[in-house]
Amino acid sequence: MSKINELFQKELKVINMGLESFQKDLKNQEVEALQMNWRPVAGGNPKLRALLDRLK
Amino acid sequence: MIQLDVRKNSYYDSVTLMLISKDIKTMEGVKEVLVGMGTELNLELVENLGLGSPGLSDVSANDFFIAADVDSNEVMEAVILKVDELLTQKKVESGSDYQPVTLEAAVEMMPDANMAVVSIPGQYAEEEVSKLLDKDLHVMLFSDNVSVESELKLKQKAVEKGLLMMGPDCGTAIINGVPLAFANVVRRGPIGIVGASGTGTQEVSALIDKFGSGCSQVIGTGGRDLKSEIGGLMMIQGMEALMADPQTEVIVLISKPPAPEVAKKILAMTKETDKPVVVDFIGGDPEAIKEVGAYACITLEDAALKAVALAKGEMPTDATGFTQPEAEVDAMVEAQLAKLKPDQKVFRGLYTGGTLADEAMKVLGNTLGGIYSNIPLSPEFELKDLDNLTGNVCLDLGEDQFTVGRPHPMIDPSTRSDRFATDIDGTVAVCLVDIVIGYGAHEDPAAEVANSIADVRRKLQKEGKEIVVVASITGTANDPQGLDASKATLEAQDIIVMPSNAQAVRLVQRIMSKVQA
Repeated sequence: MSKINELFQKELKVINMGLESFQKDLKNQEVEALQMNWRPVAGGNPKLRALLDRLK
Repeated sequence: MIQLDVRKNSYYDSVTLMLISKDIKTMEGVKEVLVGMGTELNLELVENLGLGSPGLSDVSANDFFIAADVDSNEVMEAVILKVDELLTQKKVESGSDYQPVTLEAAVEMMPDANMAVVSIPGQYAEEEVSKLLDKDLHVMLFSDNVSVESELKLKQKAVEKGLLMMGPDCGTAIINGVPLAFANVVRRGPIGIVGASGTGTQEVSALIDKFGSGCSQVIGTGGRDLKSEIGGLMMIQGMEALMADPQTEVIVLISKPPAPEVAKKILAMTKETDKPVVVDFIGGDPEAIKEVGAYACITLEDAALKAVALAKGEMPTDATGFTQPEAEVDAMVEAQLAKLKPDQKVFRGLYTGGTLADEAMKVLGNTLGGIYSNIPLSPEFELKDLDNLTGNVCLDLGEDQFTVGRPHPMIDPSTRSDRFATDIDGTVAVCLVDIVIGYGAHEDPAAEVANSIADVRRKLQKEGKEIVVVASITGTANDPQGLDASKATLEAQDIIVMPSNAQAVRLVQRIMSKVQA
């Protein structure tokens, strides 16, 4: 069975990255939904980001 | 005073400890606290929080510590007791308010997560979605401003891994009965949808519910999926899943006309299944669809009706008319015409749903001698000046030129409220609108439209004029705003509410053909 068809048989459990209202809507429907506190790497600073990438 | 408590070789997972830190911080007499394992990152954090002390130099990544700035030794004792109490509770309650910053922490908190909804700024989407796919999560990518190159890479990866990557710019999906982002509460049933156009897919799924059937799955692909650059990767992936899904008995495909080679590929696939396939390539060539034995559609409503008929084992017919008897429609047209003055000649469509606006223009197309728009059917009807409208106009207010610094009009109705004030004057005979309800949408869009129309009517009254307003609601009885409540709100303002966008447009066509005669 494909992973998508496996998904169709499971209870939906959602990680929400971004707009919190989407997570609240899911919670209101008693769907398990985890809100992430997503922030761009290095605060979105490309120079700092490049430095961080070199450290990896 | 800075206090430290270290327990050698005691391991707790980072999420549990982050939650404990959050709780301890609220205790009286605690200025700052970090409860964590002695990892490099935490030791650095401890210094940054001003909680550093000599005892930390011996702490290793296998040790657990509590570093706190407290008012007294007694407070520290209370902190240690509280930490122990919380640690014995062990299990992280899912549904706690803690919001993990990293994907690793999120997956640790929800190890059985199977779907990610992503609505971060588009420039970061490729990197994050790629990580989500690496973790075998299906993804709905709501963000826009994602390049075609990124979309292709992500979809290729999803296909390789057998995952859904719905989007970018995917506004709607219903997976296992759960509406995601902008979607309606549609009962579950035998019809599976793969849709490349958001409000089009919402209209079809909501109408399927209205006609008494339901949806097994509604998979969104994002609007560019059927362009040649992407090659329909997600529509194909979605179709394969619906073909193999025992709950799906009828498959519906919705898209603006695809690139010819993509259309060919998709239509060839419909021959690989015994399940009936209803295809609405909005405004596309019906012959190619019929040739492969699939069911071509005239409108979104027609797609819903055909799917429901096929699910019942009935032979579908083209839906070209009205739900109400013809005599009733004629009487309604006459009653509306009687309100208008001879110099009221033009039509204005103010839409929040792009596909619905597109459908309106395609249905009206030939009858009104062309309609000006920001999304015109042909280039000669491109609106040059959005601030001074003349002639028949139909606007998609969800397009970029209207949403600079503002949320989409389905969320923030003020864009359309402003347009009602500027775009409806004494020359307008008929105004046509959509009201999209459901999750994601504004809490009461019908009331917003009703209020705007009340203002318009007051303005026109001064000229001794009235206006005809026709609406349709994309939504279901079980949506948070309620279909019936929304309808009642509109009708209280003398707005004619038709059962679908297609029928609303047809009514406008009847009225306008007499106005222009």
